[in-house]
Amino acid sequence: MSTQVFYFVATLSIIFSLMVIFAKNPIHSVLYLILTFFTFTVHYVLLNAQFLAVVNFIVYMGAIMVLFLFVLMLLNLNKETEPVKSPLIKIVGVIAGCCLVVTLVGSFKAASINSPLILKNPGLGLVENLGKELFGPFLLPFELSSLLLLAAMVGAVLLSKRDEVEA
Amino acid sequence: MDTGFIIEKFILVAVIFGISLVIAMYSTYAERKVAAYLQDRLGPDRAGPFGILQPLADGVKMFMKEEIIPSTSNKWLFIVGPGLALLCACIGTAVIPWGSPMEIGGKIVPLQVADINVGVLYIFGVVSLGVYGVMIGGWASNNKYSLLSAIRAASQNISYEIAMGLSIIALLLMTNTLSLKEIVDQQHGWRWNVLYQPLGFLIFMVCSFAETNRAPFDLPECETELIGGYHTEYSSMKLGFYLFAEYINMFVSSAVMATLYFGGYNYPGMDYMATLLGPTWAPLFGVGVFFVKIVFFIFFFMWVRWTIPRFRYDQLMNLGWKGLIPLAIANIIITGIVIAIIEKF
Repeated sequence: MSTQVFYFVATLSIIFSLMVIFAKNPIHSVLYLILTFFTFTVHYVLLNAQFLAVVNFIVYMGAIMVLFLFVLMLLNLNKETEPVKSPLIKIVGVIAGCCLVVTLVGSFKAASINSPLILKNPGLGLVENLGKELFGPFLLPFELSSLLLLAAMVGAVLLSKRDEVEA
Repeated sequence: MDTGFIIEKFILVAVIFGISLVIAMYSTYAERKVAAYLQDRLGPDRAGPFGILQPLADGVKMFMKEEIIPSTSNKWLFIVGPGLALLCACIGTAVIPWGSPMEIGGKIVPLQVADINVGVLYIFGVVSLGVYGVMIGGWASNNKYSLLSAIRAASQNISYEIAMGLSIIALLLMTNTLSLKEIVDQQHGWRWNVLYQPLGFLIFMVCSFAETNRAPFDLPECETELIGGYHTEYSSMKLGFYLFAEYINMFVSSAVMATLYFGGYNYPGMDYMATLLGPTWAPLFGVGVFFVKIVFFIFFFMWVRWTIPRFRYDQLMNLGWKGLIPLAIANIIITGIVIAIIEKF
């Protein structure tokens, strides 16, 4: 039952992520990206990681994507204003894409996933266990990443403030 | 999973869905009556006694009106917008505990659709998703006023979500759980969280006014600047969906406020009532008490709407970022210190 659900949702994730790339309208791209994140939330629920699922829901779907949509709605995205990409960039893109495919194939071969992944601790995704892990063995990286986020936030505020002073 | 379980949950979902729709319907009536009372008018009184059939008349009108989809709009998203708004409003009710477990024919039935252990965060997620209906609808209308309104709604929601989340964190420090059911059970009798978290409740309430786009935070619908706001281009039942979604949101946030801070279905003397009424009727009485609290909060929403004028946009942002967020952080720190001191001694 759970495997079938997984394959169904995984197919949906792939379809929606492809639609993100192929959609002509940037707003449609963002909306497909929201749907992709929604399927990720379902994946987390299937993995019994309820906390992660809800946080993914709130942070990615509820906040970050709203900001994306917000910015895109403000931009005047017409076909005429879109800059024409030079052939050099296209070639670079193709080469980079091929490199990514090689890396992916190589890593899949190395990992050789034949048996389904079995979680060692199925309750790890619940709030209590996750909190104990984060504030126990992973305390230092956790606090460091929070410092990093704070630095990014202060940086963003500073950048916008400087503009104001000059103007 | 046996069929009995599915049927039980299905009935519960149907009942809750029906109740939220009826309450939303009669909120429109109550809003006009409250407005009339506050402005010394009569309000609707033609359809039925005291105008009690007015919501039905409005519903028929909404269905009968011509549906217009602007030719320059994005057709699909134009339809998705109101649907999404109503959907997000309705799914919030799934985790709210409506009453203590009730005994029906020798079987204990929990009066809650799903007791998930991240219930508070689920509510939060649904609330943050609610803005998509407004944003998509406003953008798809291809009307600059609608777009401005959608952008206002988005920035307002994001700003007030932060303060709302921070005010909940202070509450969670005390309750030690994210399950709404456990939070309610901890408030047995008179131990309502509002007595321990008055500041947190105040911040949460202000934020829920902003999240539901109600006055004094109804800038997305500011008719003097934006015609009708994000639903300027909408007509017929699609407009009805947006209006309905607002009232259901109001109902859900009233229920959440009553659950988190005002004890949900708990009331003083509930143990005595439980022995008096037995295991079937006492929970039902609790549900009644819960609904009295919800109705009070809905009334409060309306009372504020017809009392306080609308904020200006910069005032709204100042209040959110410079007023509520620092206050909420201070509340977390104070709560943390007090809990540490209590645990020490």
